[in-house]
Amino acid sequence: MSNWLHHLIILPILIPLMVGAAMIPIDERNRMAKGVMGFVSTLVLFVLSMVLMRAAASTEGFLAGTSVYQLGNWPAPFGIVLVLDRLSALMLCLTSGLALAAQVYSIARWHTAGHHFHSLFQLLIAGLNGAFLTGDLFNLFVFFELMLAASYGLLLHGSGPLRVKAGLHYVAINLAASSLFLIGVSLIYGATGTLNMADLAIKLSTISPENRQMVEVGAGILGVAFLVKAGMWPLSFWLPTAYSAATPPVAAVFAVLTKVGIYVILRLSLLVFGANAGVSAGFGQTLLVIGGMLTIAFGAIGVLASQAMARLAAYSVLVSSGTLMAAIGLGHSSMIAGALFYLVSSTLTISAFFLLIELVERGRDAGADVLAVTMEAYGDADEDEEVDEAGAAIPGTMAVLGLCFCLCALLLAGLPPLSGFVAKFAILSGLFGLSGAEPTPALSAADWTYVTLLILSGLSAMIAMNRVGIRTFWASIENTVPRVFVIEIAPVVVLLGACIFLSLQAGPTMRYMQATADSLLNPSGYTERVLTAPRVGGQ
Amino acid sequence: MEIILSAAIGVLTASGVYLLLRPRTYQVIIGLSLLSYAVNLFIFSMGRLRVNAPPILEPGGVGDLSRYTDPVPQALVLTAIVIGFAMTALFLVVLLASRGFTGTDHVDGREQRSE
Repeated sequence: MSNWLHHLIILPILIPLMVGAAMIPIDERNRMAKGVMGFVSTLVLFVLSMVLMRAAASTEGFLAGTSVYQLGNWPAPFGIVLVLDRLSALMLCLTSGLALAAQVYSIARWHTAGHHFHSLFQLLIAGLNGAFLTGDLFNLFVFFELMLAASYGLLLHGSGPLRVKAGLHYVAINLAASSLFLIGVSLIYGATGTLNMADLAIKLSTISPENRQMVEVGAGILGVAFLVKAGMWPLSFWLPTAYSAATPPVAAVFAVLTKVGIYVILRLSLLVFGANAGVSAGFGQTLLVIGGMLTIAFGAIGVLASQAMARLAAYSVLVSSGTLMAAIGLGHSSMIAGALFYLVSSTLTISAFFLLIELVERGRDAGADVLAVTMEAYGDADEDEEVDEAGAAIPGTMAVLGLCFCLCALLLAGLPPLSGFVAKFAILSGLFGLSGAEPTPALSAADWTYVTLLILSGLSAMIAMNRVGIRTFWASIENTVPRVFVIEIAPVVVLLGACIFLSLQAGPTMRYMQATADSLLNPSGYTERVLTAPRVGGQ
Repeated sequence: MEIILSAAIGVLTASGVYLLLRPRTYQVIIGLSLLSYAVNLFIFSMGRLRVNAPPILEPGGVGDLSRYTDPVPQALVLTAIVIGFAMTALFLVVLLASRGFTGTDHVDGREQRSE
């Protein structure tokens, strides 16, 4: 029985892969059928990842703590393993939750904008889940590429010159980053002879100095590839253009794409360059701190400078990435739990915001915000002809949209009482040592800069959201009320509801995050489980 | 042999990076291809260079590592080639779409104003 349940670990990769493949031959006219298939698949994934997260959070029973799935029944350093622990279960849950919301949203109208939307969507989820589950560096590359290939298609979904131009830059920079990824992986393999992350962590403590140098060079190059994905400052100029050009449901899932980079950096820096790494412990942290802070500053300035809401949301992605990078880089173990909470909360918020933007801006002229003053000269905007709309329009549209917008603003700025505040509070209380878990070390200049930037970035988000909100809801020149359907607003409400739930259940959630952080900070448990996992039906 | 191979990787990378930074989409795609060749050779060389040593077991030679070369980088390079090829093809499609939309092969979709 326990062996059979073990196969649950691979299902988050298999289900979307199979469903995505099965949809390809179905004719595009049966879009609804595809949508329903995709919805069912994502729903199953969501339930499954909830089950996996509960299991990983428990201390005994099946799949408790860290569990290992050996592909092809080969033991760890020789075969590829999938590893489920609290962190990967958390990321699976986040991904499938966002995917569910975006999928439902797309069924209203966006999936008609091009071909194979639902297949690409499922393949993207398969790639994401694989990247979160794998315990092998090269396998990570393969899942990364699967995810990227699907994301190229999704970014171009809907076509048009703007998307194609953004897509061209996005593809080019990601191909270059993939080359760096490969160079990094092969340097690490050349120096240590292993690609398994757990095995690498063990081997690094007993490696010769010249090989250690090679591993560090490899890890540095690898890190650059992930930082491109995560959007660290000098490597992030592609991000706002690409994210604001993408169709809303796509942009909503892309919010979790940057978090893949963060996830890998968090995983590798704590596992491989954690406390047991000897001389290499804390490798690259200074760079992460500086880069992260510059990213926060760049993102905050971008947020203030943005006229269009989609760009504002895209710059918020950068702020969120920068906050996490610097939190990882500062290296205070007490901050990790808060950072994880922030990761979940900010990703949910930004996704909800991306979905909301299109609803608010629907029926308005493109660039209405920029040209707000001269709008009267334009006269009435022509109604776009609407295609294939499903569901009923909701009453009191502007009230609902406005309320959702307010919630987004509170969450992005990190004001109480919502989870954005709880997350930032958790990070800061970890930094100041308020939790009392360990004696408070004196705060360095870097710590104070981080605190300042964190608070200023919240302020800039508040100012920008206020300005956009006033212009959109109070002082809007056209009084066209957008037609919004229940299945479009429902995902936004659900995502924001998840944030409210996080605020209400902050205690239990923080306990889970703390347990996750503790297991990340003691990598010996992870490496031991991976390397000593028994083969099925044998020794 | 080491010098020839490392020089080849270096030249390919340098040309690839140069072309990648050029303004024409065609140059970018050639640059990316050169870069991926360089990376493939690099992965291959990370298994150490051996002449006349197969990566698969021969009858009678089991356990004698001096007769074999490391098979893992060869497997990795195969995967990298396939993925790199697919991605280049995809980039080509985006490139053509961009050309169709904008009528120019500049990466920004419009010509720079001449000084």
